[in-house]
Amino acid sequence: MTAFILKRLLHGIIVLWVVATLTFILLRLAPGGPFDRERKLPPEVLQNIEAKYHLNEPWLSQYLRYLEGIVRGDLGPSYKYLDRGVVEIIADTLPTSATLGGLALLFALSVSFAAGLTAARYRNSWLDRCAMFLATLGISLPHFILGALLIWAVALQLGWLQAGRWDQWSSAILPTITLGAAPAAYLAALLRSSLIETLGEDFIRTARAKGVGEISVVLKHALRHSLIPALTVMGPLTAALLTGSFVVEYVFAIPGMGRFFITAVTDRDYPLIMGVTLVYTAILVCTNLMVDVLYSYVDPRIRTT
Amino acid sequence: MNVSAIEHTGRAQTRANYDPLLLLSLGFIIVVCVIALAAPYISPYTAGGLEEKQILQPPSGSHWMGTDALGRDLLTRTLYGARVSMTVGLGTALIALIIGTAYGLVSGFIGGSLDHFMMRIVDIFYGLPDMLIFILLSLLFGRNIGGLLVALGLVSWVRFARIARGQVLQAKEFLYVEGARAMGARRQRIVRRHILPNIIGPIIVTLTFSIPSAILAESTLSFIGIGINDPYSPWGTSWGTLAQDGWRAMRTYPHVIFFPAAAIFLTILAFNTLGNGLRDLLDPRGR
Repeated sequence: MTAFILKRLLHGIIVLWVVATLTFILLRLAPGGPFDRERKLPPEVLQNIEAKYHLNEPWLSQYLRYLEGIVRGDLGPSYKYLDRGVVEIIADTLPTSATLGGLALLFALSVSFAAGLTAARYRNSWLDRCAMFLATLGISLPHFILGALLIWAVALQLGWLQAGRWDQWSSAILPTITLGAAPAAYLAALLRSSLIETLGEDFIRTARAKGVGEISVVLKHALRHSLIPALTVMGPLTAALLTGSFVVEYVFAIPGMGRFFITAVTDRDYPLIMGVTLVYTAILVCTNLMVDVLYSYVDPRIRTT
Repeated sequence: MNVSAIEHTGRAQTRANYDPLLLLSLGFIIVVCVIALAAPYISPYTAGGLEEKQILQPPSGSHWMGTDALGRDLLTRTLYGARVSMTVGLGTALIALIIGTAYGLVSGFIGGSLDHFMMRIVDIFYGLPDMLIFILLSLLFGRNIGGLLVALGLVSWVRFARIARGQVLQAKEFLYVEGARAMGARRQRIVRRHILPNIIGPIIVTLTFSIPSAILAESTLSFIGIGINDPYSPWGTSWGTLAQDGWRAMRTYPHVIFFPAAAIFLTILAFNTLGNGLRDLLDPRGR
């Protein structure tokens, strides 16, 4: 097991390195720079700025300096926020984004388990059809439309909640639903189909034949077996939550990392773009590692590989 | 054509006859395509027509969807918006299909260490969030429709590569492929005559699903203000940009965001429904 985790960790570090390198090359190739203004800066000023950020050095030494910084945990200065480094900005905004992402994941898991189990157990009933219809709607509804709709209906028309604030627990409700709806819909549909398949297996019939109660059959015998497909998509699901957070944080004006990423892209604040990209990649790598470890607990047959 | 493929098409035809949802969504998609092609001829106003006296009018007889903050007719703008969305959706899917399928075919058919290496690359791309790569690529290719197509295509080919490779690996083991090889058929012929027809179903399904994700990505990026930025293009304005305009005025003029948002949602829904239907028909193993 330890060897397995170490191997995966090494693989993750390679992925991080590849992503860092590709992003570095991409941003150096991109036309236009962070210090292009409508009014041209005087050449002396530009020279000073470039010297300060080492932009006048050859690419290779910039690249090595950047890699060395990553190893030391320093992601460089931000071109836009002059008083703060990239690490500081990320440290300030990541907790907000993580809270939102965690809540959305929790929401997606609880809704999808409830809906998926009900739909599979009462297959082809009106409950099942309703749940699957809602799931199709949920998958097709873009974050920004759902967010706008919720703000319009719940905040503006009904006046139950306030939108555009992030200072009390209730301000997380609408963003959580907006971010979690699509993953919930996707997981529910997946869980339903895998549960239906499992419920037709021989070992379920055996369990029923020996008199195991219905609740126990579904929750203990069938669910565990159906968890594998759900676990498989946890990696892509985390990716979806991460990118969804760009939009949700934008719509609800939440001061998270995604919003900073969007403004960094408009400002061409390259160190911040690279820093956030690396953090996202690191989160994904860790999620995938955890999923792999969880696999072997849910299904011991996988442990050997 | 082999026997199982004939069975497939036969069953596909009979089943499609009684799936009203599938036909409905297909009909909707065709209508949107026609609108995109015929936008200049069917629009009630000209695309750039400003009317200072008609600012932010609610829907009425003369402006069915109302007007925006510059007095432009929203029906006209929404009809034109279909051009961007459909071009981006179909264009991206085609680019991704060609790159991805070719990549997957080569990787799966040749196999060995080349396959291993090629799939490692795919794995790295596959794990990263599409939107992230896409935003980074759009910095490089610029914010016009051509750059967008290239960026989106470069992101979504990975899915096709995985599907194509998986299918090829399966198809390679089929007896008739082995038979063809034993009879001395050349590689090219085996791929074209025996493997491609077999993997076409799952590929079409993937194609159908990658169109709405491209439309979704484009409209989302336009909405958050880092999508297509080309105000004078003959392509019209993206639905995402229209929704962004409406978003700013939503508190007082909710009709401005309603129509473009509905257009985006219904188009994505139609493609997803079509994809689900096609998967049931063409890819019985993937169900």
